[in-house]
Amino acid sequence: MRKIYSFVSILSLSAVFFVSGCSSTNQENAGGAKKVVVWHWVTDREESFKKLAAEYEQATGVKVVFQLYAPSDIYSQKVMAAAQVQALPDIFGILGEKKVFASFIKAGHVLNLTPYLQENDGAWKKVFFPKALVVNEFAADNPYGIEYGVYGIPLDVMNIQMVYNKSLLKKLGVNVPPATWEEFITLCKRLKKELGVDGFASGWGETWLIDCFASSYAFNIMGEEKVFDTLRGKVPYTDPQWVQVFSLFKRMTAEGILAVGMLTMGNKEAERAFANEKVGFSMNGSWGVNVYRGMNPSLQYGVMLPPKVSEQYPMRIWGGAGTSFMVNARSKNKEEAVKFLQWLTAKEQQIRLSQETVNLPANKDSVTAIDPMLTAFAQAMDNVTHPNVWPVQESSEVIESFVKGIQSIIIGEKSPAQVAAEVQKIKTLTMKEKN
Amino acid sequence: MQLISKDIFRGRLSNYFFVLPAIAIFTVFYIIPFFRVFQLSFLEWDGISPSNQAHFVGLSHFKDLLFNQESPVGWWKSMGNAGYITVWALTFQNCLALLLALACDMGIRRGNNLYRVIFFLPPILSEVVIGFVWKLILYGGSVGLFNQFLHFLHMDAVVQNWLGNLDWLGNPKTALTAIALVHSWKGFGWGFIILLAGLQTIPKEMYEAAKIDGANSWQLFTKVTIPMMIPVFVLVVILTILGSMQGFVLIMAMTRGGPAGHTEVPVIKILHMMQEGHRFGYACAEAIIFGIILLLFSLLQMKISKHMKQA
Repeated sequence: MRKIYSFVSILSLSAVFFVSGCSSTNQENAGGAKKVVVWHWVTDREESFKKLAAEYEQATGVKVVFQLYAPSDIYSQKVMAAAQVQALPDIFGILGEKKVFASFIKAGHVLNLTPYLQENDGAWKKVFFPKALVVNEFAADNPYGIEYGVYGIPLDVMNIQMVYNKSLLKKLGVNVPPATWEEFITLCKRLKKELGVDGFASGWGETWLIDCFASSYAFNIMGEEKVFDTLRGKVPYTDPQWVQVFSLFKRMTAEGILAVGMLTMGNKEAERAFANEKVGFSMNGSWGVNVYRGMNPSLQYGVMLPPKVSEQYPMRIWGGAGTSFMVNARSKNKEEAVKFLQWLTAKEQQIRLSQETVNLPANKDSVTAIDPMLTAFAQAMDNVTHPNVWPVQESSEVIESFVKGIQSIIIGEKSPAQVAAEVQKIKTLTMKEKN
Repeated sequence: MQLISKDIFRGRLSNYFFVLPAIAIFTVFYIIPFFRVFQLSFLEWDGISPSNQAHFVGLSHFKDLLFNQESPVGWWKSMGNAGYITVWALTFQNCLALLLALACDMGIRRGNNLYRVIFFLPPILSEVVIGFVWKLILYGGSVGLFNQFLHFLHMDAVVQNWLGNLDWLGNPKTALTAIALVHSWKGFGWGFIILLAGLQTIPKEMYEAAKIDGANSWQLFTKVTIPMMIPVFVLVVILTILGSMQGFVLIMAMTRGGPAGHTEVPVIKILHMMQEGHRFGYACAEAIIFGIILLLFSLLQMKISKHMKQA
């Protein structure tokens, strides 16, 4: 009899654990009030989100629960796993390339927000920077076969530019940042020679930053259409202008302007090197304003577009929506989720978020009340582009060979022409597989 | 045919009920994922859409991995890198572990326990922390502690001329070896503890008997210690191979697989294939091939040791 009691107890406990473990994320409060669950990865905004959620609950009676999962790669895995078992929360973010975003939409996980944005003569749509919204938009003729629409709401915008240390340049007698590539190289060399600090640092251990730097210069050297034609397979990577892009890295290495250890350096380390005045120039996103303030509040620095190599085409920088939220199309609370996002992106909330977290707000009416360094970043929003808004995307295999090839140039293993040939070989192979 | 009595049947049934939770947990967390990996390896799946929408591709992932010389994936290069780290671990790490274990077992009388604690400290420290600490030590230029030490010895210029630069983790000539050495430094404590435990199980009478028969120290080591330690060596070697081939955290903390893929190992490749390539099926095929290779290594090692023991 005792055995049976023990067994029943074990079974009951297991059942309790099992049932509680399988409980849905879309729940109602005990009192019957609605509850919206949000999954995010942005650690620096956790406190602000919680405060705003408490205010929203007081105003509307809808409880909003922000659940933080960090770092971002862990968050991505969690979202993917949840998508597979259809256990996504009411609101979540998708990190990664456009094709990943498209996969989520195709699988029926993401709500098309276009009808909500167009309500009342597009009142909600009008509050955003157009470049921020376009990152979450799928055009009518998109290559993924997704129905036209906007599928995500940006909370903030960002762009990636060059930052320079004003104090160090002043010591060299320079008050204006370099406008051309040659001026940039000369200044970096002077920094090393006269002040003993490295010229340029960026977290090129994180390969996407190499891609970002190289594609900015590709746009400047050959123009947007030729870059897109390369992605379409119409222009080879062995084209002289692509070789010129690869050669920029050889030049930087040959002139000794790159910080030591750059190929194993994460962006955080590059940020630290710049904040501690160990380097004169760095390539970083607008999120860096908050980071630099934390690391060295007295740092005197400026923001500039990467110095041009060519005058023929404009310099483009990566940017657009920073953090975006999507609404779960299968959620029972999707209407409440949309209403919460409308409230969160309204001017007052956006100003508060921007001031508390030092990020560029996605609501263009909120920009008047932001940090001056962020304003400097915001001024270049017209130059922003992003792989997610390009009409065609490069395959991950080609991107991998592209950035590894550039690393090989920097370590002196391969020449620009060799790398161009290798990248083209992978491109041809992937094109063949596609066809 | 003898029938089981009702009481015995009930008793047996209740016993099975008691092991049911364990079987359920084992099935859900081990057996099902194991078969799922096999199932996915035959599919082309992005890991997001419902898996019933995945395309069946048969053995094409395996074919590409094993026979496609022009594959952009670079799988075998990563296997080679892991193999290189393993060779260092098998030789340098295990020799160091054996020497220290012998010293603690025979030679060192004072502070024996203190040495055990000190030698076992690296394995219990977090790999991420160790990775970042060693990254600071091996940092290039004048920033890294190791380079400052070389400068103190007036050897920095000589070494720089020889290697090209002193960026130990950014230089393809030194990056993988630097990782292998740090991995060995972190791992030797495990071997030390296991080997020391093995040495202490050898009966002292065997040494005494051999000494009476006129054996010298070398003969004691080769004729008594080594044969008695073979099962322990096998265990240490298998654990070393499995641990080194599956290295990941330390490499991610130190080099992230760079520069230009020179320190990429299979686990990094599998992760990249899943996270950046969104090819879960291909990544599962990589994981299966990797698992089979490790299994074959372990079986081969066990067979060799059995043969040696019999000999």
